[in-house]
Amino acid sequence: MRLKLGIPSKGRLQDETIAWFGARGVTIARSGAGREYAGRVEGAPELSLVLLAAAEIPGELAAGRLDLGVTGQDLVREEIPSWAERLEELAEMGFGFADLVVAAPAFWIDVRDMSDLDAVAAAFRARHGRRLRVATKYRRLAREFFRRHGVADYALVDSAGATEASVKNLAAEAIVDITSTGETLRDNHLRVLDDGVILRSQATLYSSRVARDTPERRALRAALSARLGLAAPASA
Amino acid sequence: MVADRPCPHAARLGPGLARLGAEVARIVAALGRGADYVELAALQPADVLLDLYGEDIRARAFVTADDGAEMMLRPDFTVPIVGLHMETGRARGAYVYCGPVWRRQDGGSDRAREYLQAGVELFGADDPAAADAEALRRVLDALGEAPVDLVVGDLGLPLAVIDALDTTDARKAALRRHLWRPARFHVMLERYGARQGDVAAGRAGLIAAVAAGRAGALMAAAGAPVGARGEDEVLDRLERLRIEAATPPLDPAAVAGLEAVLGVAGPAPAALGRLREIARGLPGLAPAAARLDARLDAIAARGVEPGELRFEGSFGRTTLEYYDGFVFGAVARGRPDLPPIASGGRYDTLTAILGGGRGVPAVGGIVRPEALAALTEGAT
Repeated sequence: MRLKLGIPSKGRLQDETIAWFGARGVTIARSGAGREYAGRVEGAPELSLVLLAAAEIPGELAAGRLDLGVTGQDLVREEIPSWAERLEELAEMGFGFADLVVAAPAFWIDVRDMSDLDAVAAAFRARHGRRLRVATKYRRLAREFFRRHGVADYALVDSAGATEASVKNLAAEAIVDITSTGETLRDNHLRVLDDGVILRSQATLYSSRVARDTPERRALRAALSARLGLAAPASA
Repeated sequence: MVADRPCPHAARLGPGLARLGAEVARIVAALGRGADYVELAALQPADVLLDLYGEDIRARAFVTADDGAEMMLRPDFTVPIVGLHMETGRARGAYVYCGPVWRRQDGGSDRAREYLQAGVELFGADDPAAADAEALRRVLDALGEAPVDLVVGDLGLPLAVIDALDTTDARKAALRRHLWRPARFHVMLERYGARQGDVAAGRAGLIAAVAAGRAGALMAAAGAPVGARGEDEVLDRLERLRIEAATPPLDPAAVAGLEAVLGVAGPAPAALGRLREIARGLPGLAPAAARLDARLDAIAARGVEPGELRFEGSFGRTTLEYYDGFVFGAVARGRPDLPPIASGGRYDTLTAILGGGRGVPAVGGIVRPEALAALTEGAT
């Protein structure tokens, strides 16, 4: 048998994943033309390769259909309840950096932190008769963060497309979204709150704790960890 | 038998179901003396609950939708029954019910996602102490001889102290709003009390700019005015921040007193004595303590020994913000695997919110028949 490794099926995340494995002596070659979702591994007989959309990888790991996978911490924490029980972070890979942040209009000079946002939400509701809307694609992480900061009187709304534009488009009053340089936020007249960083995310190699544990699988995991120069796997 | 379990997985059948049915009939009879039996649709409009509880309820209830409005699988009976009663326009009313409720649980949780809830709601009683005692009495009758520990509390105590604080209405409103979020409440007390100077100093530059009339210019320099919250709202809040910075910190004795009220714990009569001591130095508390006294008398008059009730000053603060007076709960003695068997309390404010400002006094309680059956059958 081989361990099934899922990596992003396209884009920069895939290129950097291939480079990361390459630097550790494991060559990942895409077979066929660029749009074909297939590939093979050289230099690691314990691995077989699956190419998947990055957003699908957390679910496949949590279901145990992948043994290993490369995806963003933001996606894992958002999509997998009690993720740490089902997935293990083997290595942070040093690329795919993205911060999940709370941002509000920059001209709100009365709002610096989450405490201010909470006070504004109360006043907004009293004035407008509805809750302050926060647009996001990260409902779980946003809700947990707002609860931890004791923010009330807000409502999360799904953002279909560009979350940063939802304030300008009057679809929301504030947003929770990922940002890497902050440039898009500034372009949309938004500013990150002082204590508004929910998560500093990067591409990470995960292993599934759900995949059935056998002596053979443990041996393969140990061999892979040695090859990649990772700490020995935690007892799975 | 599946129905013997507190939380049946997918079905109830056979003799277990028959026993559960008999148990439900007994519970409904005990709760519902003279009350109207009411059944509610399982699918309830989501907007009412979302407006009341926001994202917290979304995390705790099943939300669904078709081409029409968003619906929620009934997470609770009380809110729709309040709506029902307020529509009748009657001052008084008493309702009893039993049916399944649905709650979302975290992945991996073995807590029930569907379970029966039986309950009673009493509206419009002239004597709140008597109505509180009546709700508790009915729930205790439904519990019968089940081995439970009873806890009572009274959110009217901290609310009365907050109302009597010698400070701005804005601070009182902020404290009232966060009573049900204990960690945040504690932070607010600090921000208005011991740390008020730090908070004001942290905003000194901004406050000075506001005082010098430069707020508009600062705002314009910070960015384009995007979104539904207007520049006037930012200016309004800046003015409130200026006032807050100039407001003296809360009296440390009042803050300590409020924390002490929330920390009171012990047999109800001893707790009342302790509250009376605290009330000697804490404005607003004495009338609320007198109401607790009257309630304990009413409870005793219905054959419940107040010494059997454990009082906890913070009880009811971590549930959905809903109860604003008397609160009570019953937990299975020696059975931490079971959920709370019964709970209830007073929710006058909720009726005013759902009644468009016109409220009626309201108190109610619920029992969980499956958990109760598991407890009593396990005990015999």
